[in-house]
Amino acid sequence: MLVVCGFGAFTLLVCLLAPLVGSTTIHLSRILDPSVPFADNVDAQVFFIARLPRVLAATIVGSGLALAGVVFQALLRNPLASPDTLGVSAGAMLGAMLAITFHAAFSFAGVSVIPLASFAGSVGALGIVYALAGARSQGTPSTVLLLAGIAIAALLAAVGRFIQYFADFTDTFRSVQWLMGTLDVAGYGPVVAAAVPLAIACVGFAQLPRVLDLISMGSESAAARGVNVTRAERIALVSASLSTGSAVALGGPVLFVGIIVPHIVRMIVGPDHRLVLPAAALFGAAFLVLCDLIARTILAPLEIPVGIITAILGGPFFLWLLFRRVI
Amino acid sequence: MAAFQTRHLSRRRLFAAAASVLAAAACLGAAGGPQRIISIVPSTTEILFAIGAGPRVVAVGSYDHYPPAVEALPRVGALLDPNTERILSLKPDLVVLYGTQTDLITTLGRARIPFFGYEHKGLADITQTIRALGARVGSAPEATALADSIDKQLADTRARTANLPHPRTLLVFGREPGSLRNIDASGGTGFLHDMLVTAGGTDILADIRRQSVNMSTEMVLTRAPEVIIEVHSPAGGFAAASDLTPWNALSSIPAVKNHHVYSLTGDEFVVPGPRVVAAVAALEHTLRAARAK
Repeated sequence: MLVVCGFGAFTLLVCLLAPLVGSTTIHLSRILDPSVPFADNVDAQVFFIARLPRVLAATIVGSGLALAGVVFQALLRNPLASPDTLGVSAGAMLGAMLAITFHAAFSFAGVSVIPLASFAGSVGALGIVYALAGARSQGTPSTVLLLAGIAIAALLAAVGRFIQYFADFTDTFRSVQWLMGTLDVAGYGPVVAAAVPLAIACVGFAQLPRVLDLISMGSESAAARGVNVTRAERIALVSASLSTGSAVALGGPVLFVGIIVPHIVRMIVGPDHRLVLPAAALFGAAFLVLCDLIARTILAPLEIPVGIITAILGGPFFLWLLFRRVI
Repeated sequence: MAAFQTRHLSRRRLFAAAASVLAAAACLGAAGGPQRIISIVPSTTEILFAIGAGPRVVAVGSYDHYPPAVEALPRVGALLDPNTERILSLKPDLVVLYGTQTDLITTLGRARIPFFGYEHKGLADITQTIRALGARVGSAPEATALADSIDKQLADTRARTANLPHPRTLLVFGREPGSLRNIDASGGTGFLHDMLVTAGGTDILADIRRQSVNMSTEMVLTRAPEVIIEVHSPAGGFAAASDLTPWNALSSIPAVKNHHVYSLTGDEFVVPGPRVVAAVAALEHTLRAARAK
């Protein structure tokens, strides 16, 4: 538990410092200066409108993807499983592409149609996969789920490419831009909208630690120890998919976080899901906040899509941890 | 453009044979000019019609919508998806395409069909393209007259605005509907930047030597533009998103504070062709309105 507290302290520190650092210099004294109205205070606007929502978005996306990765890997008993495995990300991407290509142009409570369509796509994909796996047999065996997920992910990705191919050149460009992922959400509306499904997912995750430990050893073994496997799988699937959907809708498909963070955390805290789940949420958040900090400062004033940074940093860091342990 | 064409070919031995055919075809073109032209590029299609070569155009690209006469012509794909079979079946004696369409260029070389390669660059390149394309299709006098007229009108605009204040302007050509996410703005090079400067604005991204810049909210806040102009294509989704209210969140920037956020809609802002004068005039008018407030 001490390790989890360590992760918590690290994440808190990162989240407090990250909004103060950026491509331009801002001063805390000016941010909090009551003599300058907010409408005229550039430092305060950079802090509260540009950077703080961005840091909050990074924590939601990072923890959402990391939690979903932990659950998918345990549920499917597959170390390569990630939030993308069951087609939830592909559904989210298809939703976003449809909104971009067909020029949907409404917004709701400060959230534009693209994240809303993306979230709807992720829920739709989960529904299809779950229905297919359920129709195939009693309950939702992990192998059937995995195969159905892979098939649906491939199908949805193909539909997305089909739409992109026939889309206007500008729309294709905007789709590619969205696919690279960005955390510059420019306000609190999208953050709050993504936090709601993530909070609901966390209620589900809170019931899972012991169950996931047992399911990791096999469904039969878990059932023999009194676990209602079907119910547990349903909670895990819906929670992980809500979490993935909200993360992808908010930040786009940010690469590597959902597969690498769970492994890094397990290497540090061990396989006990009572520790892995909170540690992954905290480390995922801190990791993405740091990656976004690099993305928005390394080539300032230009920014790099955060997904490029997560892939560049995450891959070698994971390999370093892996080989350090093996050697 | 002709220089580009020659350089492009010399790099690829594969095209050596095709190059000699093209040279011969060019000589023929000077005598009578091609009679069955396919133009895949909206800019060059507009140019061909503007210099009187429209009746010789037998097919156009998927995104060509001006002048209205092109709507009746067959479509042969565009930059990413040219329909090679359709192009060959129409038996063109000149294909006007993007210089980056190397696969199509290779196929045309094999079929011994001459081509004219177009590259999207700055404002000055528009009149160069008009002259080069006019010479290529045997309409040099008309092309020269059009290019001279455009050059003169742009020079007049520069002269008119030279001594006026040049407001620090952000020229936006894309963002997510209903929000300030993924703002795409004109950088310090290219057609949009050149139009803005000609119209009497100072591009706040002039130091970034790119045609487009994906701007963060922080960048908009710290660059503090005095004027923000959004340009919309009528066919694009950004047109439907011409609601400017999301900008109100950035109340510290002078453009928002002084209500200098504008929206302009028209193909001329995204197609670097003969209508560039109208686009520059609209920008000049907008900047004049901003100065007057």
